[in-house]
Amino acid sequence: MNAETVLELKNVNACYGKIQVLYNINMTIKKGELICLLGGNASGKSTTLKTILGIVKPSEGAVFLNGENINKRPTDYIIRNGVSIVPENRRIFPRMTVLENLEIGAMHRKDRGQVKQDIESMFELFPILEKRINRQGMVLSGGEQQMLAMARALLSNPAVLLMDEPSMGLSPALVDQQFELIENINKKGTTILMVEQNATMALSIADRGYVLQTGEIVLSDDAKALLDHPGMQKAYLGGEL
Amino acid sequence: MEDIFGQLSQQAINGITIGGVYALIAIGYTMVYGVLSMLNFAHGELYMMGGFTGWWVLQFFSSKHQPVMNAAILISLMILAAMAVSAILGLVIERVAYRPLRKAPRMNLLLSSLGVSIFIQNFILYTQGAKVKVFQVSNLIPEGLRTFHVGDTVISFMRIFVIGVCFVLMLLLTFVIKKTNIGKSIRATAQDIEAAAFMGIDTDRIIVIVFLIGSALGGAAGILVSLLFTQVDYYVGFQAGLKGFTAAVLGGIGSIPGAMAGGLLLGLCEAMAVTFFPSAYKDVVAFIILIAVLIFRPQGLMGEKIREKV
Repeated sequence: MNAETVLELKNVNACYGKIQVLYNINMTIKKGELICLLGGNASGKSTTLKTILGIVKPSEGAVFLNGENINKRPTDYIIRNGVSIVPENRRIFPRMTVLENLEIGAMHRKDRGQVKQDIESMFELFPILEKRINRQGMVLSGGEQQMLAMARALLSNPAVLLMDEPSMGLSPALVDQQFELIENINKKGTTILMVEQNATMALSIADRGYVLQTGEIVLSDDAKALLDHPGMQKAYLGGEL
Repeated sequence: MEDIFGQLSQQAINGITIGGVYALIAIGYTMVYGVLSMLNFAHGELYMMGGFTGWWVLQFFSSKHQPVMNAAILISLMILAAMAVSAILGLVIERVAYRPLRKAPRMNLLLSSLGVSIFIQNFILYTQGAKVKVFQVSNLIPEGLRTFHVGDTVISFMRIFVIGVCFVLMLLLTFVIKKTNIGKSIRATAQDIEAAAFMGIDTDRIIVIVFLIGSALGGAAGILVSLLFTQVDYYVGFQAGLKGFTAAVLGGIGSIPGAMAGGLLLGLCEAMAVTFFPSAYKDVVAFIILIAVLIFRPQGLMGEKIREKV
């Protein structure tokens, strides 16, 4: 395995009960990359993320995080060892303040002294959060919640940041901002694996992409090549390649 | 008229004492509900075990109904032992009766908790007998300290002690929940257990800690009431459990400050009712409150509208 590889899925199969949903998934994510995972509904994108997070266990194959096989590890272990997620629907803690939500993101870090400074730098990246610092999570707008979820995930200093449908539920004006932000975060050095429905936008900022269809990777290439790929639209809309 | 005021202040003291105890019991219900969305009907038995543990400690350190050690140390020891035994029992119950059912429908957990409750009650009945255990604690308190007079109101030392311990425990819990990492993890787990795991929180460990804290407080409530009323028997957990549950619902199940407020309010209402009605109506008042809350404000005083957890 390449030393630069942060996350690797090797021949991963996964099932819900008796129904197989992932077939022989192979993916590598290298340090500093922005990778997008595309596919229509029920193509297996979310299950792939769940497999990385240890919520769904591979029935065959293995997931490696920084070279360690994490198949049998629980979610909290995987998070503490370098994966972080901006979950679908944000999942911020509704009855905690913005500051508490941020602190909880950094809670498992060992470099406690650095956390305060990192929270400050999150306020530079997302100035609105500083204005809302003592508000409860539940009173934030959808866009603010998305920023809070991103800041919270970044505060864990992840080796790889997973993002599940980051543009979902945001107004069109915010979607552009959102992708700009993701690109910025990646440029500052965070490795990102992003699951997105908005394929064109996602590929416009990504380095590489994987396209899933009914649980199989049907395309994988550089983002630019994927954008121009004739089969791309068809695959993405759920048609056969 | 003056007589009524005298009675009211007397009953207010009584209400706060028993209300503090209800609050301690309610905290256990509400915390477990918070993380597992289940009603732990075995919680009343942890209260009963607290009383029994205190009695065992008292017996162990007494000879011919006289304590063989300093009273303050003995009472502290009784409370600590009660909390420890109830906490350990709470952990065992969680491990044996609830964890295997974590993914089962809530009804199964509820039934499992009822089963545990019946088992513990009958185990104590079988091993300890049905006779009421009497605490010979009057000897523990020096005669000059047994009662205080404030105007017309008579306050016993034990009442002040019980109120004091209840409030210290509640303040301590509030501090832990608000300020410490464990407390934040408990709140996060209660609000969204999967999102809590996404923060690197070991939610299994948090559930264990919740049982530990809730059970210890239930045990403390049990020994405090036993000290106050100087007796315990195998059946006390049933009534206390119902009252604690009522207090938790009154305050808004899932809310810790709600459980505290609900307990105190319930205790006060019961005590005040005794001023105006025969004391046999005390429990009627408690359960009228429960029914009224369920009808008019099902989310309780401080709770939020209950959303079905998916």
